[in-house]
Amino acid sequence: MAEMAMRAAINLALREEMRRDERVIMIGTDIAGGAQGSSGAEDVAGGVLGITKGLLSEFGAGRVIDTPISEMGYMGVAVGAAATGLRPVAELMFIDFIGCCGDMLLNQAAKIRYMFGGKSTCPLVVRTTIGAGANAAAQHSQSLYHWVTAVPGLKVVVPSNAYDARGLLATAIRDDDPVIFCEHKALYDFPAAAVEIPDASYTIPFGEANFVTEGTDVTVVALGLMTHIAAGVAAALSGKGISVEVIDPRTTSPLDEESILESVASTGRLVIVDESAARCGFGQDVAALVAERAFHALKAPIKVVTPPHCPTPFSPPLEQAWIPSGERVAGAILETMGLDPALAAA
Amino acid sequence: MALSKSQLLEAYRRMRTIREFEENIHRENTTGEIPGFLHLYCGQEANAVAVCMHLEDTDYIASNHRGHGHCLAKGADVEGMMLELYGKADGLCKGRGGSMHIADVSRGILGANGIVGAGAPLAAGAALTAKTLGTGGVAVSFQGDGASNEGYVFEAINMAVMWQLPVIFYFENNGYGEFTGHDHVVGSKDIAGRAAGFGLPAVKIDGTDFFEIHEASGEAVQRARAGKGPTVIEAVAVRFYGHYEGDPQAYRSKEELADVRQNRDCLKILRQKLIAGKKASARELDAIDREAVDLINACRETAKSAAYPEASTLTDNTYVSY
Repeated sequence: MAEMAMRAAINLALREEMRRDERVIMIGTDIAGGAQGSSGAEDVAGGVLGITKGLLSEFGAGRVIDTPISEMGYMGVAVGAAATGLRPVAELMFIDFIGCCGDMLLNQAAKIRYMFGGKSTCPLVVRTTIGAGANAAAQHSQSLYHWVTAVPGLKVVVPSNAYDARGLLATAIRDDDPVIFCEHKALYDFPAAAVEIPDASYTIPFGEANFVTEGTDVTVVALGLMTHIAAGVAAALSGKGISVEVIDPRTTSPLDEESILESVASTGRLVIVDESAARCGFGQDVAALVAERAFHALKAPIKVVTPPHCPTPFSPPLEQAWIPSGERVAGAILETMGLDPALAAA
Repeated sequence: MALSKSQLLEAYRRMRTIREFEENIHRENTTGEIPGFLHLYCGQEANAVAVCMHLEDTDYIASNHRGHGHCLAKGADVEGMMLELYGKADGLCKGRGGSMHIADVSRGILGANGIVGAGAPLAAGAALTAKTLGTGGVAVSFQGDGASNEGYVFEAINMAVMWQLPVIFYFENNGYGEFTGHDHVVGSKDIAGRAAGFGLPAVKIDGTDFFEIHEASGEAVQRARAGKGPTVIEAVAVRFYGHYEGDPQAYRSKEELADVRQNRDCLKILRQKLIAGKKASARELDAIDREAVDLINACRETAKSAAYPEASTLTDNTYVSY
């Protein structure tokens, strides 16, 4: 056991799976980084966020493939390769670029197994980054996992810590169907996401939520960075005698509906903290699930805490106002309990 | 590349079978029994057949919306194809794909495709697999002149050159992207010339001449198998019918439509060459014609009377269901 940051855990999972199975390749822009630059140095970057550093040195350019900035083209190559015997891990630098490769995910990868009558598979993993907090503004900060969750044929993972990231990425790479693996940029080196992980490789099944905290008064469903905000609030409120159960679904498709429903059946109150969207997002989806299937267990209206329906701003104070804050989460929890939201600040 | 008599007769049979398959659909479509959008390959048969004669089951093709001919030429089961077009349970894709998404990966067919140009990167991906695993396989993407203007086709060609992938980008320039003339939308009016700028061999050939197609594609496949990288082929072809079934083709003149059938019919041209070159007698070819008609008629009747998929199987082969 050793404590590891999420950045290192993802790099480790990639190495382990590439060692385990020669059919696993990586493909993406700058994933090795610096090919044919004037310094002659190779493997200098590991992508703009440094996640894949060292993989080129270990596995060579035949399996760690730097592409042109041609998202649709290389995603199509990855889908074609996946349908014919390789197991590509394609990197989409930011999920905001999904518009540049949407067809290959939406109409090709997601459809192959069903549309071909079950006679083909597409073992593709798309690693991509999500999330605000880096002052990257409107085109590099979105959390569009709700878009891909809405598409039948794609599985969607949103890990919140190093342990989950390593195990879920191993599962994703061994899965015969396309998986969109959404890494929150703020979590790569986030202290609370750096946790103890075992020495040996392991997998975590999709569709099994993690109970971050157990509690009896309010259920909070949160993903990615939001689980940490929710956990912080839960710890603070426990000092005020309020018991919060934080559930991290870890995968949005498949979704562990049962854990959410069981938790709400016991607490009777639900708050969802979601960075995806104020409308038609993951938060509204979970709210609808509970309203349909656990309505009579509810003691109070469901609260959904999201960013406003507004692009992610650049200026730091504006961006902080955009990201769901602990204060808003605490306020929502207190509201479901019929308490004054202002208590959160007290 | 010399072809034996039996190879030539087989080529003629395949072209004739595709023609009959498509003509049958053209007739039957008016009965309303064939659901969905249909795009017929009549006039272009020589292209699919001549190219696929160089390919094995372990080689891949990626096709387009006008894909029946490519699939049949690559070895898809004729009856399974017909059943699929009628949406029946025993179709190649169990009624889930239909005309625009018909596929048989066991025969190296990565599918027709409803998205213009999508086959180019998919074929490049299949070629990447062949190169990475050292299978010796090659991949061919078939697309039209319309797809030659899609950005990701350019992206795929560039990557195929960068990585020297064993792939052939085969453009069937039938003069029309949907309703719009090739010269109106291809700025250089020259697909092969434009492609050559990517740094790979790019040739323009007569897409109505079986022998010319066979020769050019054979060289490209050999080069790909030898590890010498990708090729672009632009075959100048003709489309008999509209973009889709039901398209009245008001944008084409009666003279042009008559001319392509009279003077640029690849099947007729092959037949004349076979007879003139004493490779086959009219009687032998007539016999093949009759067999093709019988085969398609039988497949049609099977397809018409076959069962539709049960609604209870709706979500089969989904891997997450709600």
